[in-house]
Amino acid sequence: MITLEKVRQRAESDAKTNGCYLNPDQDFLKDLFKGLKRNEERYGYPSCPCRLASGRFELDRDILCPCDYRDPDVAEYGCCYCALYVRKDVFEGKTAIQPIPERRPAEKQERAYGIGLESPLEKTPETAAVVAKESSQIERKMWYCKQCGYVCFREDPPYICPICKAKREMFARLEV
Amino acid sequence: MVRGKVDSVKVAGKNKKHKVLMYALSTCAWCKLTKQFLKDNSIEYEYVDVDMCSEKDRERVRQDVLERGGDLNYPTIIIDDKVLITGFRKDKIREALKV
Repeated sequence: MITLEKVRQRAESDAKTNGCYLNPDQDFLKDLFKGLKRNEERYGYPSCPCRLASGRFELDRDILCPCDYRDPDVAEYGCCYCALYVRKDVFEGKTAIQPIPERRPAEKQERAYGIGLESPLEKTPETAAVVAKESSQIERKMWYCKQCGYVCFREDPPYICPICKAKREMFARLEV
Repeated sequence: MVRGKVDSVKVAGKNKKHKVLMYALSTCAWCKLTKQFLKDNSIEYEYVDVDMCSEKDRERVRQDVLERGGDLNYPTIIIDDKVLITGFRKDKIREALKV
């Protein structure tokens, strides 16, 4: 069983490791932790509380907290999409928190819809295309960071290299 | 196409001047702030927690939001079937509801 305390510790430790901070508004933060706990209980993994999850791990892989979009969002806007993680100046109250635009591509957002619909008649062509893309069909590739050599196996390269902080442009396909 | 109405929860309020529908997530802190804001301003509104919906209703929500030109982001607030606001943008909500 996952506890709120465990969720908090995980976030605190991740913020420390990655040079960001947790939202200083304790009530707001607690609501986000509750959302993460709830998602972990119902899906088996802590997907973003502010985004609709499909409930299928591979389809939600990019929105597991901390999501793929956190680092570029904290750098550009001062907070992640949920505003769970914030930048130093925001933590110190020098910059106000505002809702930020969604960086997750629309085609990935669509993955949370229409998965369980059985009759093809109920599906629009767009939904049908999304549903056809079941978890197993998400194509993962090898990517490497040209700057530090970090290698990962996933759908897209990270926005920021977790090791050397190089930008996405520094990633290239690794053919094996 | 999945047609029909999505089940929503009605929250009573003194201000019934506008028809306010909100698509939300039960786990989302911004959605919670929006619900609280509407409540604090005594606005009568209806909401749908999309993560708690059946797959059919999710699909209905998706079609409704996209047809209205919105994005699949939460909260999405639809006022009088005309104005669509994505996110807890207090100023925009105030302006649309004149509060």
